[in-house]
Amino acid sequence: MAEPGRALPVPTPETKHFWDGTNAGELRLQRCDSCGKNYFPPRPFCATCGSRKVTVFKASGKAVLWSYVIHHRPVPGFKPPYAIAVVQLAEGPRMMSNIVECEQTPEALQLDMELEVVFEKQNDTVTLPFFRPAKG
Amino acid sequence: MRRNAVAVVGAAETTQLGVIPDLSQIGLHADAALNAMADCGLRPKDIDGIATAGETPVQLAQYLGITPAWVDGTSVGGCSFMIHVRHAAAAIEAGLAKTILITHGESGKSRIGNPGRTVPPASLNGQFEQPFGPMGPPSMFTIPVLRYMKTYGVTEEQIAQVSVVQREWAAKNPRATFKTPITTEDVLNSRMIAYPFRLLMCCLVTDGGGALILTSAERARDFKTKPVYVLGTGESAEGPMVSQMEDFTSSRAFRVAGPTAFQQAGISASVKDVDHLMIYDAFAHLPIYGLEDLGFLPRGEAAAFIAGRNTAPGGSLPLNTNGGGLSFMHSGMYGMYALQESVRQLRGTAAAQVPNAKISVCHGVGGMFAASGTIIFSNQSP
Ligand SMILES: [Zn+2]
Repeated sequence: MAEPGRALPVPTPETKHFWDGTNAGELRLQRCDSCGKNYFPPRPFCATCGSRKVTVFKASGKAVLWSYVIHHRPVPGFKPPYAIAVVQLAEGPRMMSNIVECEQTPEALQLDMELEVVFEKQNDTVTLPFFRPAKG
Repeated sequence: MRRNAVAVVGAAETTQLGVIPDLSQIGLHADAALNAMADCGLRPKDIDGIATAGETPVQLAQYLGITPAWVDGTSVGGCSFMIHVRHAAAAIEAGLAKTILITHGESGKSRIGNPGRTVPPASLNGQFEQPFGPMGPPSMFTIPVLRYMKTYGVTEEQIAQVSVVQREWAAKNPRATFKTPITTEDVLNSRMIAYPFRLLMCCLVTDGGGALILTSAERARDFKTKPVYVLGTGESAEGPMVSQMEDFTSSRAFRVAGPTAFQQAGISASVKDVDHLMIYDAFAHLPIYGLEDLGFLPRGEAAAFIAGRNTAPGGSLPLNTNGGGLSFMHSGMYGMYALQESVRQLRGTAAAQVPNAKISVCHGVGGMFAASGTIIFSNQSP
């Protein structure tokens, strides 16, 4: 998947823990210490209750395929057709990703199939989290 | 008459729609604005409030020669103009302005003077969506739909029917870009864009514009045009990231904006109360989500309702009677054209006129389910 030209994230102070995490091989989410909500994308407060008391934690990396499209048009860094997916993490939040080690077809990509996170280094500073069909 | 009621007295689209190589984006705004002023016999000096999206109201005020006492630059995508109508009605009711102009112009196809859209890589969209390969609305607005289809057992054929029915309406409209009838097979055999969406399930890309002029219902009687009254309005926002929608089978912004408007209008979302309906259709699933989230149908039933020809010519709930973004035109921020069709229907001047239409509901979306605005119009004095 590491074709040249893919759009890459530029971390901000509020998201740095997430991208430091992917570089370290961890999927990091946040949890509110006040109301217990697990949330994503990163921010230094809880959007459910407004508390600033939040903790970064390592997610299990387990997810299910929530929805997707299979894109047929050219995009820098991608070989069409490729799936743009949203996964439902075991901890609750959803995130956009790509599904790797899997045919990019409607037959192979079944909603609710079990997935697990894998990390792919893009350059010296950026590692992206992808998901593949769960093994075992 | 309800105290401080507000009406649309001027309404027009750009002189041309489709491919307009001889006007820049701001020129499209101006062409539409001049047409709307001519429609109701006003000149720039008569306008004391201006709202627009795409360009800034500051830019438009100077370009058109307007000295505004009220400005609104709400820019939340294609439903911005519904929200402008809502804000303008509130401003006129509150006495902040007397005569408000709302303009839209977009060189969506020719891209003359259109700065285009980029996603900054440090934004949340730039960090948490763009790296995974989306490229604009066809690959993003469509992402929730497989979840909807699985939840309610909706088929690709049923989604294709939305495009087929809207083409039937477009065939009646000489200004529509695509008028040739299509079949379900045509839709399902058209080029795959982003599975399960094929070309004919996606909106057009065209150039054009439109403008509205609103004033108090009391003053509206002095104009030669038939007043179209604002009966109820609603607006909301959910967020810019489609991946973070609360419910992939329903829009939270729709569920706030729609019922707010119906409650204010004092009518129900039903065939009994609504004669004509516009639901912003950038893609074929939007009328399905809209019919359900506005409350016309229970969840999961709208696709069968459309496939059953209830929204087609001759059906009980005429929907997107100009042909919609799928067949009429779609410059990028389509909401203004939906509003124009609602006004035409209530003036009795639409190409595919719904007989004796008295209430029209016009529902818009902004971004990828990011925002929403709903306007309910009537041609009966409130
Ligand atoms: Zn909380």
